[in-house]
Amino acid sequence: MASTLINVPPKAKRGDIIEIKTLTSHIMETGFRRTAAGELIPRDIITSFTCRYNGNEIFRADFFPAISANPYLSFFTIAKESGKFEFEWIGDNGFSTTASASIAVE
Amino acid sequence: MPKLNTTRRDFLGLAGGAAVAGAVPIVTLRPIEATPAMLTSAIRNVVGEAQVKAGKVKIDIPPLVENGNTVPMTVSVTSPMTETDYVKSIHVFNEKNPQPNIGNFYIGPWAGRAQVATRIRLADSQKVVAIARMSDDSFWSVSAEVIVTLAACTEEVN
Repeated sequence: MASTLINVPPKAKRGDIIEIKTLTSHIMETGFRRTAAGELIPRDIITSFTCRYNGNEIFRADFFPAISANPYLSFFTIAKESGKFEFEWIGDNGFSTTASASIAVE
Repeated sequence: MPKLNTTRRDFLGLAGGAAVAGAVPIVTLRPIEATPAMLTSAIRNVVGEAQVKAGKVKIDIPPLVENGNTVPMTVSVTSPMTETDYVKSIHVFNEKNPQPNIGNFYIGPWAGRAQVATRIRLADSQKVVAIARMSDDSFWSVSAEVIVTLAACTEEVN
């Protein structure tokens, strides 16, 4: 389980636009680098990220090797109701990790 | 790619000849660099035959970066983000990395603000292109030039 850092405001007013920030530890090996011996290092990246807000998908991203190691993302959503954000990262070699955060909307 | 192969063959032929002459040591060659043609085809894969207009999209990226391994980038799109007029997705491409894609980001009217930020790798000084797909399936784009002093992606590891 990779470690993740999530930043979601703990509470918001209904209708507010809130920023969600995520950080995941991952090498994001491009598959284009070589060792000093000249061997190609196989690709190992996160390929997809999804964020669900009370079960509805609100943000999805496809990653490519051009995304830096330990991928950082920031995106926005409208605070509609109290509930839970669920985050999921999927990658090469069966990589999968999840995280969640809750929000209180007044 | 055919052009790349020709270049490589030419180069190897040349290097081989030089080695026979005993003048030049053999150098490792890494023919991996996205060409503008790859950039164009990657964009075509996303937009299809649709016309891409300039405008509405903004890239915030430092014009000069020291380390191409982590370049902060923010892409924002001017849109009211209502139920009928919103941004569907944002696609980011590069010109000279080994691969032309950087990332695809899918949003919707619920986002409130059409803005995405991440950190990217740049293998060379080059152009970064962002394209937004609107709810009416029109495409808007912008590009930014970035100068990179330490390249990412293809360096050796020990």
